[in-house]
Amino acid sequence: MPESNVTPRLQPELRRVSSPGDPDRIELSGPWILRAIEARLAELARQLAEYARDRNRHWDLSRVTRLDHAGALLLWRAWGGQRVTHLTLRPEHEGLFVGLGAPRPAMPSPAFNWRDPFIASGGRLIAFLDHAIGFVHLVGRVAIDATSLLRHPRDIPWREISASIYRTGAQALGITALVGFLVGVVLSYLSSQQLKTFGADIFIINLLGVSVIRELGPVLAAVLVAGRSGSAMTAQLGVMRVTEELDAMTVMGIPHTVRLIFPKVLGLAVSMPLIVAWTDAVALIGGMIAANWELGLPYSLFLSRLPDAVPIANLWLGLGKGVVFGILIALIACHYGLRIEPNTESLGAGTTESVVSAITMVIVVDAAFAVMFSDVGSFG
Amino acid sequence: MKRCLIEVNNLWTKFGDHVVHRDVSLAIDRAEVLSLVGGSGSGKTTLLRQMMGLETPSAGEVKVFGVSLQHNDPEEIRRIRNRWGVLFQQGALFSALTVYDNIALPLRELGTVDEGLIRELVLLKLEMVGIEAAHAAKMPSDLSGGMVKRVALARALALEPELLFLDEPTAGLDPDRSESFVQLIEDLRRELELTVVMVTHDLDTLISLSSRVAVLCDQRIVAIGSLAEVVKSSHRFITNFFQGERGKRALQALSEALVK
Repeated sequence: MPESNVTPRLQPELRRVSSPGDPDRIELSGPWILRAIEARLAELARQLAEYARDRNRHWDLSRVTRLDHAGALLLWRAWGGQRVTHLTLRPEHEGLFVGLGAPRPAMPSPAFNWRDPFIASGGRLIAFLDHAIGFVHLVGRVAIDATSLLRHPRDIPWREISASIYRTGAQALGITALVGFLVGVVLSYLSSQQLKTFGADIFIINLLGVSVIRELGPVLAAVLVAGRSGSAMTAQLGVMRVTEELDAMTVMGIPHTVRLIFPKVLGLAVSMPLIVAWTDAVALIGGMIAANWELGLPYSLFLSRLPDAVPIANLWLGLGKGVVFGILIALIACHYGLRIEPNTESLGAGTTESVVSAITMVIVVDAAFAVMFSDVGSFG
Repeated sequence: MKRCLIEVNNLWTKFGDHVVHRDVSLAIDRAEVLSLVGGSGSGKTTLLRQMMGLETPSAGEVKVFGVSLQHNDPEEIRRIRNRWGVLFQQGALFSALTVYDNIALPLRELGTVDEGLIRELVLLKLEMVGIEAAHAAKMPSDLSGGMVKRVALARALALEPELLFLDEPTAGLDPDRSESFVQLIEDLRRELELTVVMVTHDLDTLISLSSRVAVLCDQRIVAIGSLAEVVKSSHRFITNFFQGERGKRALQALSEALVK
């Protein structure tokens, strides 16, 4: 290796020199800098404290090659927060000890308060109400903008709407197909085994048809889209907040709701029912294959019996749920996206909350649908 | 004993077909302040990032403290990384941590320094950059731009580095703040005997801090030397940069200051 600039690995040295008649001298030498002392910090601190116990000793720092604040502080602490009386110091190291004597205000440390848990839970309640109010606000804003767009159709952001449909719809076909197909196969396979024991093979069509078209298709698609597109929407708006793009739009007089939120809501309202139909179809194909394999049910029989087994109202109900879920997911995603503060932590937390809330709301609303439409699409 | 801390040897940088640096060589000595100047897109920041080991040049070599950043074991590079501090343009404070924790982080990463010493060191660094201890518990998002820079400087100095990289130290500060920040850097540099490499657009910062200036233009270093030497060069970029209205005013202020 050529001549290296790396400082030779010198060690900080510390020794006591006793001479008869005089008080002991403590001699320090070598580099007393953070990099050199950090590995032996505890040992050096102990030794220094031991030498510093006798305050008559003479401290000789004149052979210290390099000293920094960490080294100076270490000595200062060993000396009990004050300068020792007998000290020899290089003039260039004098400055390091100057500021150390000044009293430093204590860091405000958070003390435990028995009221804190109550304040925290109250804070959560207020935060929840704040979210609810903010959400209603957003829904109202989008509704008002939608009506104003109806009066000025020239301002409708067609490009953004079509981009939103493409991103949330066309690009989601693969994942929804895979999940739908597998769920169809599993559901059909497990049900067939049960039905076989009762000799009720033919009812696999009713069972699969109703559960997939009415419940599983819409909910599966909504959960996948919430995880896939909802998080993307929140993150997109959040990053635009961080980079001040949202503020730039406001300054140009372009309302966020018209350009960013309305296209997302409308786009997802259009693509969601299509995704639901697609998921239904693929899940039924999966179920059909599994039924054929497990029960020997012919495909032609399955397909011809399906319209009789499942009243068409179920399909409309499923697609209608898709529209509602789509609007809900987009609104929740945008709501959380707009509330992201310009820092990295808030971005992560906001995206997580957005997806969790969207999936929870989808299931809550699905339950409400089940109750409200309990006598629609049943077998008359 | 004059040794160079950073050596850049025959460095090439290419992004696709676009050549940013063509055979650039540069040596930076201990205890000097070298400023890299150049037009937008001339690769100043890229060169700075290559010196910090954040980017790898297409060809050539960068040696810091005599250790090549390109051909070395990660352990050695990790060790020399602790010997330099970096002040990023936007501060790059960790937004999830308080001011105190931001500065304490590099010290805690060492794993050997006890909390008591960390606390005193952090408070000392804060004091050095002129931030009151009352701000230590704040989050970076609650600080003004000037304070973010000061805290970032305190963090860069936490491990007592010998070498300091500054990327646009005064960008985004008002003239008053940038003057006091430049003064702070100059004081700390004297006190801590730092070597400083900086990229700047700001003529006042350039004039008040640099001991040497390197001008990057047309993919190479077209002039290097003290400010007085560089100004004499007749290169098109340099004449535009220093002989424009702003440059003249700044240089005039400099010569007036020298007369005083």
